[in-house]
Amino acid sequence: MALAPKLSLALALVFAAACSSPYSSTGGTPAPSPDLSMTPPSPDPRVGLRAGWMNAAEAGWNLRVVSKTPPSEKFINQSTPGDRRLINSDLGFIGNYAVQGNYSGYQVWDVSNPRRPTLRTAYVCPGSQSDVSVYRNLMFVSGESTSGRLDCGLQGVPDSVSHDRLRGIRIFEISDISNPKYITNVQTCRGSHTHTVVTDPNDKANVYIYISGSAPVRSPSELPGCSGAPLDQDPNSALFRIEVIKVPLAAPEQARIVSSPRIFNDLTAPPRHAEPVDSAQAAARAARAAAAGATPGGRTRGGPTQCHDITVYPAIGLAGGACGGYGLLLDIRDPANPKRIGAVADSNFSFWHSATFNNDGTKILFSDEWGGGSAPRCRATDKYEWGANAIFTLIDNTMTFKSYYKMPAAQTANENCVAHNGSLIPIPGRDVMVQSWYQGGISVFDWTDAEHPREIAYYDRGPMDSTKLVSGGSWSVYWYNGHLYSSEMSRGLDIYELMPSGFISQNEIDAAKSVHFEYLNAQEQPKLVWPASFAMPRAYLDQLARSNGFGGDRVSAVRSELTRAEKLSGQRRREALAALATQLHSDATGAADQAKVHKLATVVGELANAQR
Amino acid sequence: MQPAPGGRGGLTPAAQAAADSGRPAYTRADVYFMSGMIGHHAQAVLMAGWAATHGASRAVRAFCERIVVGQRDEIGLMQRWLSERREQAPHGDASHDMMKGMDHSKLMPGMLTAEQLAKLDAARGPEFDRLFLTFMIQHHQGAIAMVEQLFGAAGAAQDDNVFKFASDVHVDQITEIERMTLMLAELSASPVKIP
Repeated sequence: MALAPKLSLALALVFAAACSSPYSSTGGTPAPSPDLSMTPPSPDPRVGLRAGWMNAAEAGWNLRVVSKTPPSEKFINQSTPGDRRLINSDLGFIGNYAVQGNYSGYQVWDVSNPRRPTLRTAYVCPGSQSDVSVYRNLMFVSGESTSGRLDCGLQGVPDSVSHDRLRGIRIFEISDISNPKYITNVQTCRGSHTHTVVTDPNDKANVYIYISGSAPVRSPSELPGCSGAPLDQDPNSALFRIEVIKVPLAAPEQARIVSSPRIFNDLTAPPRHAEPVDSAQAAARAARAAAAGATPGGRTRGGPTQCHDITVYPAIGLAGGACGGYGLLLDIRDPANPKRIGAVADSNFSFWHSATFNNDGTKILFSDEWGGGSAPRCRATDKYEWGANAIFTLIDNTMTFKSYYKMPAAQTANENCVAHNGSLIPIPGRDVMVQSWYQGGISVFDWTDAEHPREIAYYDRGPMDSTKLVSGGSWSVYWYNGHLYSSEMSRGLDIYELMPSGFISQNEIDAAKSVHFEYLNAQEQPKLVWPASFAMPRAYLDQLARSNGFGGDRVSAVRSELTRAEKLSGQRRREALAALATQLHSDATGAADQAKVHKLATVVGELANAQR
Repeated sequence: MQPAPGGRGGLTPAAQAAADSGRPAYTRADVYFMSGMIGHHAQAVLMAGWAATHGASRAVRAFCERIVVGQRDEIGLMQRWLSERREQAPHGDASHDMMKGMDHSKLMPGMLTAEQLAKLDAARGPEFDRLFLTFMIQHHQGAIAMVEQLFGAAGAAQDDNVFKFASDVHVDQITEIERMTLMLAELSASPVKIP
């Protein structure tokens, strides 16, 4: 493979002082020259960044900042960095809007111009975590804390039992997104830490919401029927289950809980991957005990009591549930009645947090939010496998562990850092993902090779404070219609753009940008579909050139033929492309990467058919 | 735009935060929980720290390492919360006052008595594993009881810092109890009989 010129050190974007930073708060930055090296900058410029709230030093590699927008004035406490009441949380997207949850409500940003997001509304309605989702004219907001009020007031709910308290889901009508209307809510026993919107390909009249709640169960005097007793003492316990809310789209005010599936019942603990053992005999004993699934007292274990996050992938009828000490695979073809069909455990995992499928549904990645996002878990002394991602292949509903991935730059003890939310970047033919690591910044990595995930781009700031841990960092970062949007807990909304590099070509970025979502809730994974474009075959050609999957001469010849075809029009272009597609399918036989050459041929054929 | 939210004369969250200098109201129950949990965690760190010297199995040692790292960081978090509010923050090291002359009346739920601690400290190998898991399950159950007690106290856990930390303790320790219960079952399953 011909390596690109090595430019990494010179071009790593390290900015030691805010005043000289081209990362301005509005208006974006001039595009720096691309770094085409296949070697990360060394030493890692993320290590040792100067601290600061809005003026921390920054380091970026293979992406650039398009804009950094501080929280609106209602949602920032100028005197107290990291005020927990004003923490930004998750993101949802609809049309040209990004909705950013906040512990005090949510903010709606118009991102038609990503260089200058403009605020449409800052809706005050306290209640952590305010994770947000959108669907058509509806918005859903999670409330878990005991201080959340039905009337959205700021005064909290001091009484331990109160009918003013909201723990569950708030539903807003957002036809006029600048003026959301709070139409109803659905109360749940443990509140909603997170939630997942679930669409059913066979049911266009309703949308479903899976509720995950991890806080203690509230009193039955506050919400009738709530019980936190073990399952063997109370078959109606609110533990050991999730809640499913059904929202009739024609009458969303009638949203209600329709089922409380006990997806953990009869869970036999799977063998824990990476469990250190002292002897074969001890291992055999452990396996036997695990299979028996019984406690020493003879009582059947209940398994996890809850899930933290459930990522659904309706196009393939599966969900990944990150539930207590387990990663679960669920069949969601009947969305109101999800069924567990697989489970994994891992000794290096503390608390299973979330899941992401690859687009083909042949892999699943689980993350471990060890320490709940409040603790520094990326210090030089913290293990690579702890507070990381685990990558599994997914074949015939069987999950098989392949590797761990953790953002590799050591952070200080004053930076909360652990694996958190992310999403796929729609580069065709590859599994590339962007992920938040709180004050560890954001990390873009390629997990196409499940055994060897590799970081290919990043962005990081110095700590909020150099003397103590002040909460901040990226809560979630998602790809949405061409840009990366990061919800910075204490610093606002960041928007980034991928730069072409030794790992991602401009053609691959162009192909990724051709994918259009009407809306996005990252926990409801959309099937990525690429429209026909010249960027698609060129992206595959770049991949084949990078991997030597197709003869170098053939790659050049196909590039030339695509250039020639692009200059033609109408019938002549269609014929040229159709002929090329046919040729490529027959060429595939002799190629090192036959599958990819067939993919190339297919997208050329699709491009031919798309010509008028 | 929405009407002003109820209470506090329609303050924005920013104005409210500025008015209380970023320190939302808290109660004695919050302080009792945050300071009591420091001693509780400190004892867990002490117990888990013995794994390396008391012949624990590799699986128990790995589990203990996680408890030491995790709970030490959480002690720091509780101490920061207390000192930022000018409340007395207990030191987070159990080694000097846990063993001798320990005042039982000060023990938070689930904590080991001096006798139980001494018994664990005297155990080695598989017996240490068994005792450690048994005692740490008891210890974790106490932490969960403390969280539930906190949530049942009027006015408590209204500060998001306290709510977040207490719910994290709740969910993490429930998860760990399940793990330890399983490890204990694995330990006590009868060995394979080789004919």
